[in-house]
Amino acid sequence: MNPLGLYQPGTSVLHRLPAGWKFLGLLALATAVFVLRTPAPLGALCVAVALGYVLARIPARRCGQLARALLVLVVFVFLLQWWLLGLTGAVVMCLRLVAALAAANLFTLTTRVSDVVSAVERGLRPLRRVGVRPERVGLLVGLTVQAVAVLSGIAGEVREAAKARGASRSVTAFAVPLLVRTLRHADELGEALAARGE
Amino acid sequence: MRRVSAPRASLPTADLARIVVFAAFIAVLGIFPGFYVGGSGVPIVLQNMGPLLAGAILGARRGTASVVLLLALTAIGLPLLSGGRGGLAPFAGPSGGFLLGWILSALVAGLIVQRAERPGLPTLLLATTAGLLVDYAIGIPFLGAYTGDLGAAAVQSLVFVPGDAGKVVAAAVVAALVHRALPGTATGPAVRSE
Amino acid sequence: MIEFEGVGHHYGDRTVLSDVDLTLAERRVAFVGANGSGKSTLARMVNGLVLPAEGRVRVLGLDPAKQGNAVRRRVGFVFTNPDSQIVMPTAGEDVAFSLRRSGLSTRERARRAEEVLAEYGLGGYAEHPAHQLSGGQKQLLALCAMLVLKPDVLVCDEPTTLLDLRNKRRFVELLGRLDQQVLLVTHDLDLLGGFDRVVVLDEGRVVADDEPEPALAYYRKLAG
Repeated sequence: MNPLGLYQPGTSVLHRLPAGWKFLGLLALATAVFVLRTPAPLGALCVAVALGYVLARIPARRCGQLARALLVLVVFVFLLQWWLLGLTGAVVMCLRLVAALAAANLFTLTTRVSDVVSAVERGLRPLRRVGVRPERVGLLVGLTVQAVAVLSGIAGEVREAAKARGASRSVTAFAVPLLVRTLRHADELGEALAARGE
Repeated sequence: MRRVSAPRASLPTADLARIVVFAAFIAVLGIFPGFYVGGSGVPIVLQNMGPLLAGAILGARRGTASVVLLLALTAIGLPLLSGGRGGLAPFAGPSGGFLLGWILSALVAGLIVQRAERPGLPTLLLATTAGLLVDYAIGIPFLGAYTGDLGAAAVQSLVFVPGDAGKVVAAAVVAALVHRALPGTATGPAVRSE
Repeated sequence: MIEFEGVGHHYGDRTVLSDVDLTLAERRVAFVGANGSGKSTLARMVNGLVLPAEGRVRVLGLDPAKQGNAVRRRVGFVFTNPDSQIVMPTAGEDVAFSLRRSGLSTRERARRAEEVLAEYGLGGYAEHPAHQLSGGQKQLLALCAMLVLKPDVLVCDEPTTLLDLRNKRRFVELLGRLDQQVLLVTHDLDLLGGFDRVVVLDEGRVVADDEPEPALAYYRKLAG
């Protein structure tokens, strides 16, 4: 997994906007999406979000990937809704879907994970009095990314071993050894964290 | 193995490590391409077994925490969901409720497993089934609110029932085997006193 | 200085250590013994990862049972599998992670991390994803993450088990050059030539405690 996550590096206004403000903007947009019930304003919202992609200079290839994923979903939902609710309902539904998902993706594409982490840490600071340790957020992110890398390696080995034993289609032959090693890794990691003074 | 069957000292980091590593485990279930089970020809993505396993193996508290951690890290932009999805979009989509329902899945499965002294297959089966049902209980109304028609949402969700039923059974079997392989690792008094 | 006084320990019904008395003041000390002989448990007692069921352990005059954090600040621990010890995504971040309680600025922590990495042969790898390093490099990284804290004692639990012969030799050679007191648990007997003292454990008891040559000769005979 890419430790940068889904972030698409860039220098646009949207990239430079603080993560907290962007998140508030996204919340406002999501509210609008749920309140609006007619195609025209929802369509305008979709266009606005699309302009956001242009503004952020998201590479065409990346936009294409997202559009394809969205299209599959939209076609599926559209056909179902058309059948169940009629044409207008289906159109409204799909416009909502496009606006909400595209905006959420735009946030993710233009915001570094580390910026979100610091924003979250800042946001949690008032909770310090009730025992929350905001500085642990960054640690949790790093630890989990690292653990995904380790477990992916283990999962690959376990799958090979299952194949070697002719059990490549068995969920148990994959999941049980993977879990046993996962838990063992957790115990070792717990010791290592203690040894490193966490 | 000595290290797993007998915790050496009461380390507060042991819980943290289990939560983190299990969150990563659920992510890895999504990274691995689907399994072809039986002759169905349709790949089955195993990721939604993850929260059930988290509850059934780690217990309610740590299992729920690991699912919350996974979802939080997904939300801040790490591609931890199956197919490399991440960010806020999966939560904003029509199936976002099923994702949030994972939290309750782990909680409910964990609570049921903890009630048994030595969780056997029947208990685990009950736990994973209940876990899936609470996920539906969150996911279907969410979908209904999205589409404006609860009944239609319920009908749509029927598509997933056969696959999910298989996963509920598989999760219970897997959890039973793990409990047997590592007695005391999972839920139950051995761990709570850790 | 590390002292064990009448130390015993068991997991469930199984006794892993009984009646161990040792005072370790030498700079290079090795623990050898069969699987399950208790050497790993003994090593873990030095930084309080395991607390003895019986007896007493003193590390640099401190009691790991009561002053666990103080002990762990002064005792570094390197595990067998570096994958379990490396906790951050890049090599530099991982070493800097050790310094997070130091009160140093982020920039200073990064600078020190790079310095230590360079000193032990990982110069230029600070930005490198930690899990993409080779096995030998990962173990070096785990070592760097400990040395950046300048501990007084370094405990290594079979650190060379997963390494190839060349990396095994390089790693132990590197341990030989450190200023710290080093406690090494190992199965790689050939690497102990330069050590001051070798303690042989069998079924939880110290059965030999001598300079490398006689101690290892005894262990080889014991193993048949």
